[in-house]
Amino acid sequence: MSAREAIFSAIRKNRPAGDFPLPEVPMFAPLVGDDLVAEFGERLKRMGGRVAEPGTDDAFAGVRERLAAAKIVASAVPELEGNLDLRAVARPQEVNDVDVAVVRAVFGIAETGSVLFTQDELIVNAVAYLAQHLVVLLDPADILPNVQAAYRRPEFGEAAYAVLHTGPSATADIEGVLIHGAQGVRSLTVVLLPRAKP
Amino acid sequence: MSAEDLHPREREGVVNPEVRVADDESARGQDGRRLDHAEGTSKPIKAPPVREPQPRGAKIRGDRPIDQGEAAERFLAAPLHAAAHDERLWDLRKKRDAVAHGIPEWEELRELASQIKTHTLAHLDQYLEQFEAAAKANGVHVHWARDGAEHNRIVLGILRDHGAKTIVKSKSMLTEECGFRHFMAGEGIEIVETDLGERIQQLDDEEPSHIVAPAVHKTRLDVAEVFARTLGTDPDNDDAHYLAESQRETTRPHILQAEAGMTGCNFAVAETGTVVTCTNEGNADLSGNVPKLQIHSIGIEKLIPRVEHLGVFIRLLSRSALGSPITQYTSHFRKPRTGTEMHYVLVDNGRAARLGMEEFWTSLKCIRCGACMNTCPVYRRSGGLSYGATYAGPIGLIIDPTFNKRKYSTLPFSSTMNGSCTNVCPVKINIHEQIFAWRKVLAEEHHIPMLKQGMMKAAGAVLSRPAAYRAAIGAADSALKVLPRFAVYNPLNTWGRKREMPEAPRQSFHAWYKQNRMKDGGQ
Amino acid sequence: MRIGLFVPCYVDAFEPEVGIATLELLERFGLKVEYPFDQTCCGQPMTNTGCHQEAAATEALFVKNFSGFDYVVAPSGSCVHQVREHLTAIPQTEEVRKVRASTYELVEFLHDVLKVDALPWARFPHKVAYHANCNALRGIGHARPSELNLPYFSKPLNLLQKVAGVELVNLARPDECCGFGGTFSVFEPAVSAKMGYDKVADQKRAGADYVVSADSSCLMHQKGCAERLGLPLKYIHIAQVLNGAAA
Repeated sequence: MSAREAIFSAIRKNRPAGDFPLPEVPMFAPLVGDDLVAEFGERLKRMGGRVAEPGTDDAFAGVRERLAAAKIVASAVPELEGNLDLRAVARPQEVNDVDVAVVRAVFGIAETGSVLFTQDELIVNAVAYLAQHLVVLLDPADILPNVQAAYRRPEFGEAAYAVLHTGPSATADIEGVLIHGAQGVRSLTVVLLPRAKP
Repeated sequence: MSAEDLHPREREGVVNPEVRVADDESARGQDGRRLDHAEGTSKPIKAPPVREPQPRGAKIRGDRPIDQGEAAERFLAAPLHAAAHDERLWDLRKKRDAVAHGIPEWEELRELASQIKTHTLAHLDQYLEQFEAAAKANGVHVHWARDGAEHNRIVLGILRDHGAKTIVKSKSMLTEECGFRHFMAGEGIEIVETDLGERIQQLDDEEPSHIVAPAVHKTRLDVAEVFARTLGTDPDNDDAHYLAESQRETTRPHILQAEAGMTGCNFAVAETGTVVTCTNEGNADLSGNVPKLQIHSIGIEKLIPRVEHLGVFIRLLSRSALGSPITQYTSHFRKPRTGTEMHYVLVDNGRAARLGMEEFWTSLKCIRCGACMNTCPVYRRSGGLSYGATYAGPIGLIIDPTFNKRKYSTLPFSSTMNGSCTNVCPVKINIHEQIFAWRKVLAEEHHIPMLKQGMMKAAGAVLSRPAAYRAAIGAADSALKVLPRFAVYNPLNTWGRKREMPEAPRQSFHAWYKQNRMKDGGQ
Repeated sequence: MRIGLFVPCYVDAFEPEVGIATLELLERFGLKVEYPFDQTCCGQPMTNTGCHQEAAATEALFVKNFSGFDYVVAPSGSCVHQVREHLTAIPQTEEVRKVRASTYELVEFLHDVLKVDALPWARFPHKVAYHANCNALRGIGHARPSELNLPYFSKPLNLLQKVAGVELVNLARPDECCGFGGTFSVFEPAVSAKMGYDKVADQKRAGADYVVSADSSCLMHQKGCAERLGLPLKYIHIAQVLNGAAA
């Protein structure tokens, strides 16, 4: 008997007696107020992320300092030009020297301050972790109220890889001291910037 | 900020002595408020800078029953460690309470999570078939392992097929169950754990002591000692930022060079064939997105039917574990990247058998959040390693005996059965009732010490015979002498070693009643 | 209404005042209370150790003593929890099931059955920390445990607030187990005592003079810990406070 057959046979033999129906999950009222942009920003900050309001004539005013200090900027968005072409990257290891990566989120979640990426936004998935800092463009119109609403979105059933980022990489494994940049990015800054009209 | 600040690893003396990043933004948020999200404590817990040797875990002697109490006593004999441990975990419990009380539907979510899990477990064969079919359609290779040894052989086979000898992996309780690191060391495969806590434990050759905070029993001084010994850090620098940064800098090359990446699995979604991992460090995403070969080890109980159900579990998991609304990273792996290979190893290792245990099968609902450990007053004062098992704390007490009934026969007694674990469990496992039920099973199968069982027999004989009972305590001042025989059996006076004995009253209630309330004085 | 008084073995032996207070308190409400003379124990020491067969004869004796009463009342959350939830080593006849369902802990009997709204004789002008016994709190539902997001209620505090002069102080860890745990207290003495020390230290920090609880076993353990640490805390059962004990 193969391992698979043995496991299935044991599961069927040991099926718990009784009726265990799958419950309907109701749509719970969002825990956030109507101003999703403000709620999102507040939650994100509490998770260690940052929000950069676009300047009047420079969308990236809030992250200029960070970009200026960077030797290598990898941009996956048309709004900002970097100096490393992610589409030309053959191996993920090549993005290890990236100082700042700029990507656009599919959507944000106000309940938690999270943003979603799939492989399409990241181009090279690893850049969202190997880079030192992450700058995220988010259209304020793309903010969902809560986690439940997020999991009704099609991306989770379609994308090869989908990931919710909520602030930067963090650890507190040593005496509970909070440290950003445990393995992944040291900072995550969201720039609220509407998508360019096609 | 300069480019140098962005690249501390480019400075000389990578690990010694100044690795801390100049623009470290960890402590405070953008608005200047102290951050207490994720795993961070509400207030700094700093064990005093006094070197106190780290207490080690239970003594393992083959299959002989673990003496958790002995190891716990040694843990408590290191008061700096014991105090920091208790305080840290109680802080997590408090934060969990705060967020749970902030969500009106919290108890409903727990009930939904429980029902989704029991439903899935009761139809596990169907959901596993669905998951397997979806995964294969997504181009994932699916393997089945009856036990830990088979899991390890399968992974080794995959590695050999690719000529791979190095693995970076994120934390997985399943691979701990399988003795994975130990096995691979014997096969010449190099494994680097990428979760900070797990890496500390790996470098110190210890098991994780907590499901989500593997090194929570160590102080920063212990970590400094381990890193100085293994990574070459400055032994006198016990700053947590320095230590964490040193680990990052020394781990990064392993991540870049590893030929395979491994993760565990928090949830496996049947309808889409997705593996979901939840981390705060992003290390599972590094394991899954950098090496050309990715392997996910999955316990078969991790299944949930649909993506929409993540909307229940993700809301509960990190809030229960750490009091944060969500982990920093919630990652959904579904298909291999172009030019890479993705493997799932689905592992039974006793789970299908547990499904058939009427009183204990619902322990399979566990989503490994660690909330029961954080709240357990015994665990907090014992340290996770005192249990001498993969799973410590309340959930360990009810799972461990299914792996080895003799070795873990003592664990269900390491509890006051106060029931707090049951109340914090996000999937409503009746943990303390299962602890009670295990005691019965173990007594019936003679897995409790003969002496203990003998005394209970003697106690039962006295307590079921009013005359014998009265003879035993009739004279109040003799009650102290005979008390051990029924109420607190106590051959070594373990009560009196740590506590004052109660004073014997002038007369028992029974004698008082007879004297004062019976007309004939009871005659 | 026939009321049977169950005085648990350790109350009988060590805290007879608690039994007396329970009896007198019930009588203050005009109840005729009977004390079955051949009573011993509920069987808890054995069942909590897993030894159900060893508890069977004791359980049978309990049922024999207390069948025929409308209510069985005991000043102990853990014994009532044992009777209600775990008295299962003997066949569950109708008589057994009736006794189990009729057994009440004193606080819940006063609160739920008698619906006591005043205790005019009771006066206790002290700073009081209430200790929630785990079996009373989570086992038989004395109060809303801090872990659960449910509406707040507390039967023992509700009663204590009717006692003139009581000033309740708040513990930092209100629902934390004190470490008694029945036979746990002697089989795992190190952890048990450490939990007890932490508990009494919390009570002291909160400014309590008295600790009140509905379970004598926890009190006995805590008193032993406080005395060992040299803390001037006093321990008293809620039955005594509600019955008008001066101090």
